[in-house]
Amino acid sequence: MNEGDSEIVKDFLVESYENLDRLDRDLVGLEKNPKDKEALAGVFRTIHTIKGTCGFLGFNKLEKVAHVGENLLTRLRDGQLTLNPERTTALLGMVDAVRQMLKEIQSTGQDGEVDYPDLRERLTRLQTPAAGDAGSAPAAAVLLPPPGPVESKLESRLESKPAEKLETPAPPQEKDSVPAAVEAALPQVVPAAESRKKGDDSKRKPTRGKIGGVLVDSGAVKAEDISLALQEQEKGDARRIGEILVGSGAAKHDDILAAQQVLDAKLRDTPQETIRVGINVLDKLMTLVGELVLARNQLLQISNTVEDASLQAVSQRMNLIATELQGEVMKTRMQPIGNIWGQFPRTVRDVALGCGKEVNIEMEGKETELDKTIIEAIKDPLTHLVRNSVDHGIELPEDRAKAGKDRTGRLILRAFHEGGQVNIEITDDGAGLNVDRIRKKALERAVITSEQAARMSEREIFNLIFLPGFSTAEKVTNVSGRGVGMDVVKTNVEKIGGTVDVQSALGKGTTVRVKIPLTLAIIPALVVTCGGDRYAIPQVSLLELVRLEADEVAKGIELVHGAPVHRLRGRLLPLIYLSRELKLAADVRPAAETDGAVNIVVLQADDRQFGLAVDQINDTEEIVVKPLRKQLKTVKTFAGSSIMGDGKVALILDVLGLAQRASVVSETRDRALTAKATESAAKTDKQTFLLFAGPGDSRMAIPLSALARLEEFPVAQVEMSGSQWVTQYRGQILTLIRLNVVMEERRNRLRALQAPPTADSGPIQVLVLQHEGRSFGLVVDKILDIVEDRADVKSAATRASVLYSVLIGDRVTELLDIPAILRGADLNATQPGLAARSAEVAN
Amino acid sequence: MANTSQFCTFYLDKLLFGVELKGVQEVIRSLDMTKVPLAPGVVSGLINLRGQIVTAVDLRRRLELEPRTAGMLAMNVVVRSDDGAVSLLVDEIGDVVEVAEDTFEPPPETLRGSVRTIILGVHKLNDRLMHVLDIEKACQMTDVAETAAAGR
Repeated sequence: MNEGDSEIVKDFLVESYENLDRLDRDLVGLEKNPKDKEALAGVFRTIHTIKGTCGFLGFNKLEKVAHVGENLLTRLRDGQLTLNPERTTALLGMVDAVRQMLKEIQSTGQDGEVDYPDLRERLTRLQTPAAGDAGSAPAAAVLLPPPGPVESKLESRLESKPAEKLETPAPPQEKDSVPAAVEAALPQVVPAAESRKKGDDSKRKPTRGKIGGVLVDSGAVKAEDISLALQEQEKGDARRIGEILVGSGAAKHDDILAAQQVLDAKLRDTPQETIRVGINVLDKLMTLVGELVLARNQLLQISNTVEDASLQAVSQRMNLIATELQGEVMKTRMQPIGNIWGQFPRTVRDVALGCGKEVNIEMEGKETELDKTIIEAIKDPLTHLVRNSVDHGIELPEDRAKAGKDRTGRLILRAFHEGGQVNIEITDDGAGLNVDRIRKKALERAVITSEQAARMSEREIFNLIFLPGFSTAEKVTNVSGRGVGMDVVKTNVEKIGGTVDVQSALGKGTTVRVKIPLTLAIIPALVVTCGGDRYAIPQVSLLELVRLEADEVAKGIELVHGAPVHRLRGRLLPLIYLSRELKLAADVRPAAETDGAVNIVVLQADDRQFGLAVDQINDTEEIVVKPLRKQLKTVKTFAGSSIMGDGKVALILDVLGLAQRASVVSETRDRALTAKATESAAKTDKQTFLLFAGPGDSRMAIPLSALARLEEFPVAQVEMSGSQWVTQYRGQILTLIRLNVVMEERRNRLRALQAPPTADSGPIQVLVLQHEGRSFGLVVDKILDIVEDRADVKSAATRASVLYSVLIGDRVTELLDIPAILRGADLNATQPGLAARSAEVAN
Repeated sequence: MANTSQFCTFYLDKLLFGVELKGVQEVIRSLDMTKVPLAPGVVSGLINLRGQIVTAVDLRRRLELEPRTAGMLAMNVVVRSDDGAVSLLVDEIGDVVEVAEDTFEPPPETLRGSVRTIILGVHKLNDRLMHVLDIEKACQMTDVAETAAAGR
């Protein structure tokens, strides 16, 4: 194959791929609305073009497959057959086969060995009219829909209005006929009369028929004359329309020439509105614009220091131009998300058909634009989410009917811009996520411990589905349920700086929300200084800036057991010091700055907020993101690097990585905040309690906030220190306080106290509590539950070490007085040193 | 003379080292460097090489030599690795030498540790030995990152 040919083949491939994507969409659309003649004509046109081109290029196998498909489509288009699911499937099968062969051509230059005899046979068989088809329709069917509403029954129209069939080939008579006339230049929409006569419409000359439209439009010729001329042609007149018109005196020669010119110009112009540009060219352009932006930043900095009006004027202009250029170049890389959504109707149809479901897909915000690289990166995750929703989310039609829902499930894709990010939501109205089942599964798979499971919020549990090796599908289907996927979705989305979140209501449906940045190449960022170096913070994570003047620092920064926090509008904002996190200085004081003020950058990581204290806040700037080399890939705190205006390199902070490093986004914090959120959502002062069995099978509780951890120790690990039970815990000695003993009547206490642990009893349950900065373990008989309750019905305590009795979960529960327990335990401790220290702590 | 190859030579703590000339992109004087906190110790920082951001690897640290004395400016030998350009920080630049392959000898058994993976061997020059570095290995962080981090 010579050079020219391979160029043609390349163009053919690119064009065909695009067309095939549209085919998928059109066919599925047609299945829903088989009367959509326009869509059908579009499908036909595409297949026809492919067939024609590959015949020309010598891909015979491909041509054969396309040919049978085209035959079927011809009959569908002519109304002899109607599109039923079987035919749609066969046609989609043909699309797949064509795609397969195109791939083959792309890699080998040949259309492969397979010529799909089964598929061709099926397509041929389906051309035979089945029941319900307009089977007896004459071969002379209409091509263009008649004016007026399309009637539901093809047959009735064909029989009752035969005259129309003859009129339709006439040139369009409406004022808006120009586009139609231009379209007619394409071989497929050439008047049906002609196609009927010739039998095979692929061999028609594509240039006829259109001049009439232009002539009518310009008013040079009457529509009737053109009809007459066309009829002449049909009768066998070999002359062209123009010649016939001139010959019959209906038009002047000049008019025809003028019309021909208009037509030629149109044909020339239309394809030139868009041109194909290689992606590598765009990428190169983007890099260059990046460099230009850097140079501009540099120039601006210089012009600010040099007192020169002309330089400043030039640099201002340069600034504007560069900004505009950047915007335009970015635009070339922007693609509407509809480009990847386009394939989803097909995906949904296939998956739904495969598992016997009925699903309608709806799309909102198709035109939302995203950078090309991001579009590519989210394509697979989104496809997976869509398949997942159909496969797992939406129930079988029978189940839906039972649940009182429409048999057909709804899958809604939404995309919209929000705060410089793109949100994509995939919502189904299916069964929703089952918290209990996920929790059970997570325990089975040992993804979480039972202790964690008991304490997790609903939302946390939902998000477990993004963990590797997790699938709640009862049975594994070929699409999903294999537990690979959701974690890949999350990783892929996070790789491009996005987040995934899932919300669900049992029985109502599930929404997966993906948030992704618009672009990765050039981002606005806040530049801060710390330890003499500059760092860039992506603007998307930035919430606000807070400056504490020197005299406010002492009041503004408080400590929660050593952890600095700042009260921001009444809420505690955890603070981390950038210099400390980055280990820039061994000893960093909060107010190390000369003026003693503290600059706090309030950031958002996941859905947590935290304050980042930095030495100095410089400015916001557009920065060009350059990825870090693999030597630095292990440093999770940085997302990349960039070159600043002065030519020095600055690192871009990875806010999420930084938060993770500083444990802002840790389990405990997560839990605490979630608990708080639930609390405030309920608009009551609910509290979370840990319920356990106390002495004498009484129901006792402590506030969950007092609890550090739940542990289980085998009795063998319990050692005696004097008469005190102790155990080794995380490299420390943990004093164990037996609730039974503490609450025992005084007379029995001594005896019970001395008893060493008995080996035959099972492992002991220990609540590790934090009190006044000291940990101790409270040995209880049994841990019952974790509940949330208002606990506002109180009554006085009936015994020592109990604060009061409350109603929790409608049952009387004793709330333990932790300091009292400590005192009680210490009184009986025989080790003087420990007793003294503990007593101190307790008081 | 048998087959010869060209080496770009440089000094580190008075030792002579060489990397194959064809792997060297350029040699430049000391540049402004941005520290990378939390990075492996052998990474000195990032430099801006005409709009390209290049990681600078401190060869002294990489080869477990004494750290450079304060105020001593390092030279950059920019080499092409699999992962793009990397700058190797060296004390001083030497000549480009052409050596015969038969003067090469693998490192003695007594050379141990991670350094052994980076030093391919030595060329016996008339007056001294030239250590031949494996560029790819020298730019790799994986094997030393842990020890370097732990050593800090």
